[in-house]
Amino acid sequence: MGKVKCECGHVNPHGTILCESCGRSLTDEAKKENLVDMRYEGSARRSQTYNKTIIDKVWNFFSSVKVGIWIIVLILVAASFGTILPQEFYIPSNVGPEVYYEDVYGWFGKIYYMIGFHDLYNSIWFSALIAALGVSLVICSLDRVIPLYRALKTQRVDRHESFMKKQRLFAEQPGSLQEADMEKVRAELKKKHYKIREKNGSLLAEKNRFSRWGPYVNHIGLILFLFGAMLRSVQGMYVDELLWIREGETMQIPGTDGEYYVKNDQFTLENYEEGEDSEVFNEAINRVGTVAKNYQTDAILYRDENNGLPGAKPELSEVKHDDIRVNEPMKFDNFAVYQTSFRQDEMKAMHFALTNKETGREFGEVVVDLFDQQAMYDLGNGYKVELLGYYPDFDGFTEEGEPISKSPLPNKPAFLFNMISPEKPDGEVSFVEIQNTMEPLGETTYKMAFKNLETRDVSALTIRKDLTLPILSIGGIIFMIGVIQGAYWNHRRIWIREKDGSIYMAGHTNKNWHGLKREIHTILEGTALPEPEDRQTD
Amino acid sequence: MSDLAGVSSTLLYAAFLLYLVATILFGGSIRQKGLREGKGLNRWGKLAITVTVIGFVAQLGYFFTRWAAAGHAPVSNLFEFTTFFGMMIVGAFILMFFIYKTAVLGLFALPVAIIIIAYASMFPREISPLIPALQSQWLHIHVTTAALGQAILAISFIAGIIYLVKNIDQSISTKKTKWLETVMFFIVTVVGFIIVTTGFALADYSATFDYVNKEEAAAVMEYNVPALVGPNEGVLVTDGKMSPFVDMPALINAKKLNTVLWSLGAGIILYLAIRLITRKRVAALLQPLVRNVSSDLLDEISYRSVLIGFPVFTLGALIFAMIWAQIAWTRFWGWDPKEVWALITFLFYAAFLHLRLSKGWHGEKSAWLAVIGFGIIMFNLVAVNLVIAGLHSYAG
Amino acid sequence: MDKKKKRLYIRTAILGVLAGLVIYTLYTNLTKESRGTLEVGEKAPDFVLTDMNGKQHRLSDYEGKGVFLNFWGTWCEPCKKEMPHMEKMAQEYAGEVEILAVNVGESNFQVQNFADQYGLTFPIAIDKSKEVMNTYGVNPLPTTFMITPDGTIDQIVIGGLIAEDQVRALFEQVKP
Repeated sequence: MGKVKCECGHVNPHGTILCESCGRSLTDEAKKENLVDMRYEGSARRSQTYNKTIIDKVWNFFSSVKVGIWIIVLILVAASFGTILPQEFYIPSNVGPEVYYEDVYGWFGKIYYMIGFHDLYNSIWFSALIAALGVSLVICSLDRVIPLYRALKTQRVDRHESFMKKQRLFAEQPGSLQEADMEKVRAELKKKHYKIREKNGSLLAEKNRFSRWGPYVNHIGLILFLFGAMLRSVQGMYVDELLWIREGETMQIPGTDGEYYVKNDQFTLENYEEGEDSEVFNEAINRVGTVAKNYQTDAILYRDENNGLPGAKPELSEVKHDDIRVNEPMKFDNFAVYQTSFRQDEMKAMHFALTNKETGREFGEVVVDLFDQQAMYDLGNGYKVELLGYYPDFDGFTEEGEPISKSPLPNKPAFLFNMISPEKPDGEVSFVEIQNTMEPLGETTYKMAFKNLETRDVSALTIRKDLTLPILSIGGIIFMIGVIQGAYWNHRRIWIREKDGSIYMAGHTNKNWHGLKREIHTILEGTALPEPEDRQTD
Repeated sequence: MSDLAGVSSTLLYAAFLLYLVATILFGGSIRQKGLREGKGLNRWGKLAITVTVIGFVAQLGYFFTRWAAAGHAPVSNLFEFTTFFGMMIVGAFILMFFIYKTAVLGLFALPVAIIIIAYASMFPREISPLIPALQSQWLHIHVTTAALGQAILAISFIAGIIYLVKNIDQSISTKKTKWLETVMFFIVTVVGFIIVTTGFALADYSATFDYVNKEEAAAVMEYNVPALVGPNEGVLVTDGKMSPFVDMPALINAKKLNTVLWSLGAGIILYLAIRLITRKRVAALLQPLVRNVSSDLLDEISYRSVLIGFPVFTLGALIFAMIWAQIAWTRFWGWDPKEVWALITFLFYAAFLHLRLSKGWHGEKSAWLAVIGFGIIMFNLVAVNLVIAGLHSYAG
Repeated sequence: MDKKKKRLYIRTAILGVLAGLVIYTLYTNLTKESRGTLEVGEKAPDFVLTDMNGKQHRLSDYEGKGVFLNFWGTWCEPCKKEMPHMEKMAQEYAGEVEILAVNVGESNFQVQNFADQYGLTFPIAIDKSKEVMNTYGVNPLPTTFMITPDGTIDQIVIGGLIAEDQVRALFEQVKP
């Protein structure tokens, strides 16, 4: 594969369109064009030059911007499909997705579930598309930035007139450059922050070349971001756990390997109230009903000093008190604990009075803690209540007449009591559930009259650790720098040359041509130099 | 309502009227012949931009007085956000106007802003307190930056549509003229929506239905326009109101669909009326207005707006959004529909830039892309908030 | 020629690295479900729990004997079904295979009541903090880990053991 030697003597890499040094057109196509194509300065994109092995072919595929754009468009279209129906992680967790989609959305939901759109963003093909984008970013950038850098570095001051003639902004005028004019132009150019290079009476003024690196800088940011996102799947980088914790409970924080414990001292739900809050809100509160103001868990964080052996009794030492609110997570180490949800008024304890059915007389109160029951409650004077069975989530009886509990949660507690009294020293059996009492072994003299219910709130806390965040942040910052660098500055060049009794003027910018034209206008004002004309007009 | 809130809404009205006046002045400005780029502004043009700036200041007044009244920046519900978006479009227009001094841009940008602000006022306008998830400084930072980015991108659409109106041959019917008319029809339909909603609101129309909702529970729905379609197993409770032709299944929000049907109906009637009376396409009607502007300049304005708007949008709608989501929702990214559509917008404009830079899509192609991009932004604003429910859907 | 080769090597290297990263990510994401849970052949994590009689049981103390580590709850129907088989085997294999039944954090009353009702004599401990349960990644109940005398997991049985023979076979597997 040969190099291309230009008439000016510069040796260009194979595939170069415009000589890196003088700017002469090197290919037949380029020679025929009226205006030169200045993308990548006419340098040789590396991928176009070799196409031999499989490796080269794969490389060339990903090096194509066209392919890159297709990948972007495919991701865009695919992503939109995922918003038609809610994704799997947003549907209620008590119903299976295979049932939910068909139940709620009919045949459409069924198809949506069947083709896997219910979990589109985690699907292998969507991940593959993102991966393809990452590969395309790396290869496209590598393939262009190196030749572009070379071309911009080797560019000569005195470009060949054929190059200048084919610029979008160009003027040619017989005559010679006057030093007085040039002085003035130089001064104006400097005022506009141009860097001026002169050689053999030719002038090249250039500014903001760094904006040409913007796209590559932002691509580096994106690559870093994708890399960070990828690291999430490395073990230990990422923790996402949910902890339901009742008021008063102290629980191990999942994801911390037993090192940390948290106590829920109190959960608070506040709503906006008319009269209490600013009166401007009254109208909204009236229309909507209730508007939540605050969800808060008063938490105490502990460290277990006896951590290491699961099941061993923890030795807790207090780390800190913190109020966890939405938007104000509790932070420690690399963890953050968030207020995510809550359940109000879960049953905690039930109060019953041992009551004589006929007289209505009460012989003391039994408080059954739904989380820690006693086998026997002694009420004194020969009155006792024995707990024979406790069914926290009562759900009917088995065929043998055994009560069933659906779950360990006290959603619908039921009790089998044996009521012992001086008259009935062996006791009478009563099965008590909410608003219903059964006497399985015959009618009783006494009953367990429901008195009162103690409740408490349950708070749901999300525990999150994400060690990829710093990488993602750096990626994001680099991306923004790159985008701003590329978008808010433009690379402008002005060439002035005298050759064979003619003055050649040309201008180029990578964008914002009107700005360049205005700038050249002010620079040339009051000189005899010809003002370049825009040759691409409507 | 407190005095401050009263002052605030007066200022918004004032801004709205000033924008209307400015539009007319811009119309006057372009009537004068020989006005091409670089020639400076005529008296009408100067007056028009002055009125626009006064209107913008008035709307800023609305924004900050309402902020003072509520204690938080008024970007917390659909009315406030959409109004703010309209204001940012005017702001972005003023910015681009001072760079390019093109009067015709105002003639199109201001009506778009006016329609958007009018559309905003169709939603509940009271000052709402912030729910816990919104109680963060990031509300201000994220929402305002995102809206500003979208507004600058909207200027790209406006320059693009002017380009298309100017350059698409209206002497024959082609695919291009049909698509352009589709865009025009959408705009007319939004006007239709505003007319219908305002009309029935002025007449104080209200019809209540008892119906069975998605969760198979009894519920009540109040219609503010006559019901063409009723809710699932709906029973009209209010006497003497129109009963619907057909009931919708529970899954479909019949009230919203009804409003859409009314808007479409009004849009079709309006559009057909324009076509029948003038015997011309809407774009053909507009064409004489844009004759004097340089296509190349429009192309540059459109591209420049994308270049300025894209970084702002990315910062506001993706980066700030991710930072806040990490704080409020425990994760920086959760594939919530609004997040996804922000990503789609980002990807679309990224493709736009690549097509322009590497594939040389200038002029008409670029203008069409700008129109589609704005379509995506509006879809995110309208459809994602109202149709696709997610974490972002404001109570509406 | 040399330069061309060099370029090919560089390209191969870059593509190789990229492909490796992509495959690794896809693989870990696809196997996310099973990650972090214990697998057969791994060493059973040590733990310590106190049984209903106040006696401490540490898994490593059972080295040299097989262990039938069972996680259960009083509300769980299949747990009720397998308990009598377990009780029978506990007698049969006494001294060879030990049963350790870990309740997943219910009240003492419930567990004691259950043990009395089914006449269970093997050690039952309550994992109040659910730490052991989390360590073993137990989700559906009952789940049984068969641990060999040298402390490795021989089998993980998710779901109830209906037949006595099934249980006996498991005991046979881990007996020293």
